Amino acid sequence: MLLSVLSGFLLAACLPVIGKQIKGNLSILLSALPVILFIYFLSFIPGVANGETYHFTYNWVPQLGINFDFHLDGLSLLFTLLITGIGSLVFIYTSSYLKGHVYLDRFYGYLAMFMSSMLGLVLSDNIITLFIFWELTSISSFFLIGFNNDSEASRKSSLLALGITGFGGLFLLAGMILLGYVTGSYSIVELMGQTELIHNHPYFVLILFLVFMGAFTKSAQFPFHFWLPGAMKAPTPVSTYLHSATMVKAGIYLLARFTPVLGNHEYWNTTLIIIGGVTMLYAAIHAVFRLDLKGILAYSTISALGVLVFLIGLGTDDALLAASVFILVHALYKATLFLVTGIIDHETGTRDVSQLSGLNKVMLPVGIAAILAAISNAGIPPSFGFLGKDLIYEATLHYGDWAIVLTVAAVLTNICLLFAGFLAGIKPFIGKLPQKYEKLHLPSPLMYIPPMILAGLGIVFGVLPMIIDSPLIKPVAAAILNTSPDFHLALWHGWSVVLLLSTITIGGGLGLYFILKPSEGLLAKATRFEPISPMSIILRCTRIFESTAKGVTYVLQNGYLRYYVIAILTFLSVLLAYKIFKGIDLYVNFGKLTEITLYEAIVLAIMAVSIVFTVFTRSRLVAVAAMGIIGYSICLIFLFYSAPDLAMTQFSIDTLTVILFVLVLYNLPKYLKLSDTGSRVRDGMLALIFGGLISLLTLEVLNEPLEREISAYYAENAYTLAKGKNVVNVILVDFRGADTMVEIIVLSIAAIGVFSLLKLRLKSIEKE
Amino acid sequence: MSNPYIILPIISQLFTAILLMFFWTQKNTQKAISVIMSLVTLGISVWLLTIVLKNGIHVTQAGSWEAPFGITFIADPLSSLMVLLTSLAGLAVSIFSVGSVRNARVRFGYFPIFHFLLMGLNGAFLTGDIFNLYVWFEIIIISSFVLITLGGEKAQIEGSIKYVTMNLLASAIFLTAIAILYGLVGSLNMADLSIKVANLENRRLVNVTAILFFVGFGIKSAVFPLHFWLPASYHTPPPAISAIFGGLLTKVGVYALLRVFTLIFVPDEFMINLISWVAGLTILTGCIGALIQNNIRKVFSYLIVGHIGYMIAGLGMFTEAALIGTVFYLIHDIIVKTNLFMVSGLIFKIKGTFSMRNLGGLYKEYPKLSLLMAIPIFSLVGIPPLSGFWAKLFWVESGFAIENFMLVAFIIAGSFLTLFVMAKLWAEVFWKDGDKLPKKINVKYFWELKPLKRTAMVFPIVFLSLISLYIGLGADHVIQLSTIIGKQLMDTTPYIEAVLGPINESQP
Repeated sequence: MLLSVLSGFLLAACLPVIGKQIKGNLSILLSALPVILFIYFLSFIPGVANGETYHFTYNWVPQLGINFDFHLDGLSLLFTLLITGIGSLVFIYTSSYLKGHVYLDRFYGYLAMFMSSMLGLVLSDNIITLFIFWELTSISSFFLIGFNNDSEASRKSSLLALGITGFGGLFLLAGMILLGYVTGSYSIVELMGQTELIHNHPYFVLILFLVFMGAFTKSAQFPFHFWLPGAMKAPTPVSTYLHSATMVKAGIYLLARFTPVLGNHEYWNTTLIIIGGVTMLYAAIHAVFRLDLKGILAYSTISALGVLVFLIGLGTDDALLAASVFILVHALYKATLFLVTGIIDHETGTRDVSQLSGLNKVMLPVGIAAILAAISNAGIPPSFGFLGKDLIYEATLHYGDWAIVLTVAAVLTNICLLFAGFLAGIKPFIGKLPQKYEKLHLPSPLMYIPPMILAGLGIVFGVLPMIIDSPLIKPVAAAILNTSPDFHLALWHGWSVVLLLSTITIGGGLGLYFILKPSEGLLAKATRFEPISPMSIILRCTRIFESTAKGVTYVLQNGYLRYYVIAILTFLSVLLAYKIFKGIDLYVNFGKLTEITLYEAIVLAIMAVSIVFTVFTRSRLVAVAAMGIIGYSICLIFLFYSAPDLAMTQFSIDTLTVILFVLVLYNLPKYLKLSDTGSRVRDGMLALIFGGLISLLTLEVLNEPLEREISAYYAENAYTLAKGKNVVNVILVDFRGADTMVEIIVLSIAAIGVFSLLKLRLKSIEKE
Repeated sequence: MSNPYIILPIISQLFTAILLMFFWTQKNTQKAISVIMSLVTLGISVWLLTIVLKNGIHVTQAGSWEAPFGITFIADPLSSLMVLLTSLAGLAVSIFSVGSVRNARVRFGYFPIFHFLLMGLNGAFLTGDIFNLYVWFEIIIISSFVLITLGGEKAQIEGSIKYVTMNLLASAIFLTAIAILYGLVGSLNMADLSIKVANLENRRLVNVTAILFFVGFGIKSAVFPLHFWLPASYHTPPPAISAIFGGLLTKVGVYALLRVFTLIFVPDEFMINLISWVAGLTILTGCIGALIQNNIRKVFSYLIVGHIGYMIAGLGMFTEAALIGTVFYLIHDIIVKTNLFMVSGLIFKIKGTFSMRNLGGLYKEYPKLSLLMAIPIFSLVGIPPLSGFWAKLFWVESGFAIENFMLVAFIIAGSFLTLFVMAKLWAEVFWKDGDKLPKKINVKYFWELKPLKRTAMVFPIVFLSLISLYIGLGADHVIQLSTIIGKQLMDTTPYIEAVLGPINESQP
């Protein structure tokens, strides 16, 4: 099982190496992987139909309880079959669609990576592993949308898609960790047993919010739906596979998977009904006005995802059953339509629906697939779509007080979807063939067989629902409901309101199809609302955010060293002042300090005067001299406190510094006063405050009883153990000799630095 | 356990640096010595971490003056790990320098100073004495200052002045803090300080001192609002130098914060709040700064700031899990940031510019190199299961556990911004069609280099990328190690006992 999930990654890792060899016709061999996987997962059907579930555990990071725990039940099985089944067809289709493309190997690499991630996502029982695969699908989608990386539009769309789904992904991560924290388990199976605890936990609302953010962004729900139409910049096989059949359904999968854990709660149901409802209507109406085939399909996909969210939100047995069926219905017909669109695009070079008609005459098999798909999409009997639509109406009609509103919304959505399906699946193929397309011919069977298979299944499942009823759909519903449901799929339910609604839908849709002709004018009208669409609003927010970021960064990083230093010192002073003065009596016991002698007073006075001179003089020489005086005064103070060696050291250093300074000053230009009085006052204040705080602190410390343990040890042992009469020297060269040695190294490094600064002049060809 | 050989990582770097000075003008000999000795030091570091993990903490007293009177060197799991990471990054950058640093710089002491810098880092990690730590910081500052200025280009000098001014300010604050601490308890040995500071009655003074330490180390680690020196200077020196800076310099600040605020000052509520807010704002400042840059080295520089915020956030949460996260991230970050600056160097050698606006087409021209460079780029983002991801699990969970939602929000926002910034960088630098750039006379382009030099530039990127992959995919091992360290950060008794011997029962 682990191998089946990870095989795609392995393949992707091998492709950069062996890719060049399989450029030509051999590339179809790569399709063997999804086909084998499809057959492998098919083999689980009998077991799962009997209500069994399979569990596989492989250790990965047991420290954190993050392992490859794969759990295969009905829901996972349906998705794995979709992933590998549609995956196989897409792999085959691609080998012809992108025949001879320079980067075909890369493309397969990304596709294989995506397939693996998606399998991992739907099989993981561990919610963290689930999240890991979730992010990997976003990343593979990023690479696939940006596959035509020369085009700026592609790059922008891929960034937008990654931005939205990555954003949601991080919320999901937080949600998953929070769930783990609340329940102490990362296993979905175990979470199901703790519904009570989760529902009553104060973090429940937060968990819901986080999980919803993840699911809505991934499954393109309003108001995050706009990345999906952009994602259509990807080559058509990608749109088919990721952005209609599988990846965008990851959010749906997540919601379905968590229904037994988080569902059946007022917040859960209401939010999903509202968001799903808004999405399905909003996108369905949008789909009506598009001209680009892929645009139509993108919006109708969003709408279908809305329907699924809506159904999961209803949460009744009927609704969840309808959702289970609709996932499959939609995957079959939408993938077909996308593949057909790819063929049309490939052969005619346009996707503008107003330009296309009569293609049946040149590519009949493709036309058949498309028309069958459109029929299933429309829910015309005996297609599988009819079955799905019935179940949806069944679900809305039985939803208590709001039944009428919900049903009307569903009917409206379906009318628009039907129209969109006809536009994409039927319009290009019937009517008069324009002259310029007469020379077209049928593409390679590798391209038209896959859509025919999918479209065919859409009819077969409709006519013979029993072949998937108990083997496939029942276990799915069982997994979502967490009980064993009792129902049978059937095409004919007798005369009922539902049938009436279906008829209205079909009639309404057909009516719309004959009245409304797609045109530039309609599109223009629809785009007038663009400035208030969620996309424009969110993009505007990001622009504002970006310009704020720019502003803030330039204010902070303004390039002036003095402001940086001011910021640092202000920060420190504020903290120190707050801590020193906060609420506690401040006392400095002057009594404890020794008396100030006359000498000291004189020296202090000299220092004070020198400081004033240093700061206010206009001559550099005076400033340096004054600083020298301060240094000498410090020497005197050292002397008063009987530290002659320190005084000597200080004396030599100060003398040397002054001399060096004078030498350097000699070469400097004339002194200029560049700062204004205001900034000088500001700097002076800051310096005084900072200095004052540090002095206060020092005085406070002096009040503390002095610990003499260590200095006493030095004094006692300097002679006896270290054989030195001068304690200070012994400390420097023996007790703490390591410090001294390192300081010597500091000086050596400084010497090298000075040397290179003085001597190294890079030639202009060496400056880089 | 007493073991004088734990200072070998310092000694070997010192020896290397001095040896290199004897070959001042022989650039090829210098290169060979640097690489060989980096390998030797790596071996020593591996040995050190192994024995520490096997036999517990190792200690040695300089000059055999027993603690707390002399200077203690101590190799506990955290410091040995840091030494190992330094050696890994050091080896990679040493090899990278062979390929990328121009000979003029080599003739003026590039390699000796580089090894002095590594010696300073190892010293800072291995010392158990707070004043000695200050001295190692001096080494780090002076050698990094010389490395930034080496070559004397105008931009370098400008950057270096800002760099050195603010870092000297940090040192002054650090030194003041040490002086006040010494005035309070009369000791410099960190293990000894741990006991004595805990017993001190005047908590207010302890807290004020803690603030001085926080600001001093905060400047070093470039946290908001003390981070200005980093974006002002990291993009100016040659890429090899930026690489070692980007990987290690700020991390030594983080290391010091981790050490001091777990061992000596256990944060009180105020400190926790302060650290948390500083961390959050650091994440934000760094990541939004990165968002708007055009120079790829500046993008990486700002991201360093942002990601320092993460690690400090782990300290701010102050739970064992959060600290485990911080240690894990530290491991990841040192490797990946060093690598990214080398990547920027490689891009520069190929295209002759750092500007995203002008760069492009790398994926088309060098597909395999691009995929290689994608590893550090996406590891940094933390696309699961790559190395940047795992630490976030710890932090987010800790954040929820202690109800610090603010930090969780900041970490999530930071992750998102990083993701976006790096994806944009990928699109701009690798995907976009590149302009035909005029050939610059002062750049020695990648294709003009000898094969040996080319290998010397690519190999270290492969090397560090493999380590990054290992950290991500073999997360279990790294988490085990981080857990050992995280536990010891929360419970410092083994550290103290290793230095001072068994603690008397009567003392708390």
